[in-house]
Amino acid sequence: MANLKELAARGDKFTGGHRACAGCGATIVARQALLAAGDKPVVATCATGCLEVVSTIFPYTAWDVPFIHSAFENSAATISGVEAAYKSLKRQGTVKEDIRFMAFGGDGGTYDIGLQALSGAMERGHNMLYICYDNQAYMNTGIQRSSATPKGSATTTSPNGKKIPGKVQFRKNLTEIIAAHGIPYVAQSVVGNWSDFTKKVEKALAKGGPAFIAVLQPCRLGWGYPPELTAEMGRLAVDTNFWPLYEVEDGKYKINYTPKERKPITEWLFQQERFRHLKRPENQAILEEIQKDIDLRWENLGKKCSQ
Amino acid sequence: MSKQIKLWQGNEACAEGAMYAGCDFFGGYPITPSTEVAEILASLLPKAGGKFIQMEDEIAGIGTILGAAAAGAKSMTSTSGPGFSLMMELLGYGCMAEIPCVIVNVQRAGPSTGLPTKGAQADVMQTRWGTHGDHPTIALCPSSIEESFKLTVKAFNLAEKFRMPVILLLDEFIGHMREKMEVPRPGELEIYNHPRPKVDPKEYQHYADGSSVGGPYAAMGSGYRFNITGLTHDKHGFPTARLDEIQWKMDRLRDKIDRHLAELTEVEEEFLDDAEIVIFSYGAAARSSQQAVRQSRAKGIKAGLLRPTTIWPFPDRIVTDVLKKCRTMLVAEISQGQLVYEVERCNKSSTPVVPVLRYDGEMITPAQILKAVEEAQK
Repeated sequence: MANLKELAARGDKFTGGHRACAGCGATIVARQALLAAGDKPVVATCATGCLEVVSTIFPYTAWDVPFIHSAFENSAATISGVEAAYKSLKRQGTVKEDIRFMAFGGDGGTYDIGLQALSGAMERGHNMLYICYDNQAYMNTGIQRSSATPKGSATTTSPNGKKIPGKVQFRKNLTEIIAAHGIPYVAQSVVGNWSDFTKKVEKALAKGGPAFIAVLQPCRLGWGYPPELTAEMGRLAVDTNFWPLYEVEDGKYKINYTPKERKPITEWLFQQERFRHLKRPENQAILEEIQKDIDLRWENLGKKCSQ
Repeated sequence: MSKQIKLWQGNEACAEGAMYAGCDFFGGYPITPSTEVAEILASLLPKAGGKFIQMEDEIAGIGTILGAAAAGAKSMTSTSGPGFSLMMELLGYGCMAEIPCVIVNVQRAGPSTGLPTKGAQADVMQTRWGTHGDHPTIALCPSSIEESFKLTVKAFNLAEKFRMPVILLLDEFIGHMREKMEVPRPGELEIYNHPRPKVDPKEYQHYADGSSVGGPYAAMGSGYRFNITGLTHDKHGFPTARLDEIQWKMDRLRDKIDRHLAELTEVEEEFLDDAEIVIFSYGAAARSSQQAVRQSRAKGIKAGLLRPTTIWPFPDRIVTDVLKKCRTMLVAEISQGQLVYEVERCNKSSTPVVPVLRYDGEMITPAQILKAVEEAQK
């Protein structure tokens, strides 16, 4: 893996000067992913969402690689077309170089509206890496719940009130859905652990074939925490086992990091405005449910790793 | 009871209008500039015993309201350009299966992602012809906050009566504008609910003659057995390939509109009696047009305004008559010109028709329209 010194020397292919919020995690994902891609040329697509909106405000762009913003639901389908055309052009001898194909999408464009396009691309087996920057709600349109929003989280369409204490449902486990496609490489990473993410991007690209990385991306606006804590919020999600760092390589599960001592989920929840109401005594049962769910998911993941 | 005066946004008035009309189900997906409609209904509907569901995309949004409507709920979704495009297939399904619902499109500038936070009126032909196949269309277009409320109520009434999806064509300008309105009291506006069948379930035909407009039809699960499909079907709802039944179904759909034009057509007029120069304008653009007409009158120019609040069906006969009487008709639209072709189609008197257009995401101004009036006056 490239070390920090080497990465720093590479020069950003996703540059500063964009319009993201202070402390935005999505732009960190894009910058680190492109840095990890190394010297080989990259083509990137991006679904509609925060990352696209903040990085390409006319007449500026933060992308120093060929970049296509497709429709909301089509990032994976568009990169499929680019990659398939590239294969054909390469066969015909028009293109000589090795090119890497990366698709980006938020949780809205990946878990929800873009799931069909993503599943199709993974199943067809394009040589591409799909990176989901998962900030757990539709932040671009003003914080509506998505199927990645965790239970108990308040959003504008799952508000905390008398009837419901934030989102009622548990979040969908997209990483497992994509792993079920039986593709060469699937992983979970997090903003706040650059070496884990860099390693995984390098590995995904080196494997060839379809690959998927879900990156938990703290969002200071939608989650409600001071902007300087983005990396810390990511790491805490890992230390509480809420977001395990693991990979599925050729069907084999591996946990990449096990906390020395699993922290209680409240340590992560209580630093965020979106969970503030869970501090109230009447919501104690929800906290217990959330903790139970995390422990169960961790246990199940452990079983998969020992198989 | 004292008057209830509100300083509402167009989207807010639309959501409140839906509640007034008795909407009990909303399914949809957030998209700028329509999101407030969903957000407000997410708060209002559960309190009134209704149901709000945020779906995974706009296809699912319209899919779920069609299901809810078939089950008997008064249903609505709201969206903007990209989402409206995704809804096109199921819009046609709603027409074919004759399922009442309201689809709100708060228009933004396109094509594609376009200008999410800026307005336009460029979905008007998509509203008419966006889904494939011959089909009926009813679309209403408010010019004010009060109309946003009232036309939402009317959209529900027409959906119930004509047994089909009705489109409320808002735009970003009206959707996000705030102005004062007096909230209609309960009972002040008519609320139409379609009759339920009383016949013996053995006799029931879901698409019986006479049930297409104002007639009875049953909800799923109410004791009547029928089939619902997007395939061309017979009176029971079962797919058919019989030529006479196909003809019957297609005529039935067309006649919903064609035999009720007088009832469906609705226009507002200002200074039309002696007008030499008439501005045809609707939605947000009509607000600037209205101002331009008043300024023209102050300058001694005989200008008038023809403003349809029902866009589809198009007010053919009225436009033809007004064209005969006036010297020039200006068509002020926030697009590259769409309804201007409809006006031309109605022009039996070779009256000059002049488009006045703006399509950079900003509101068309009274000054631009006034200038066009003055040029036409020369």
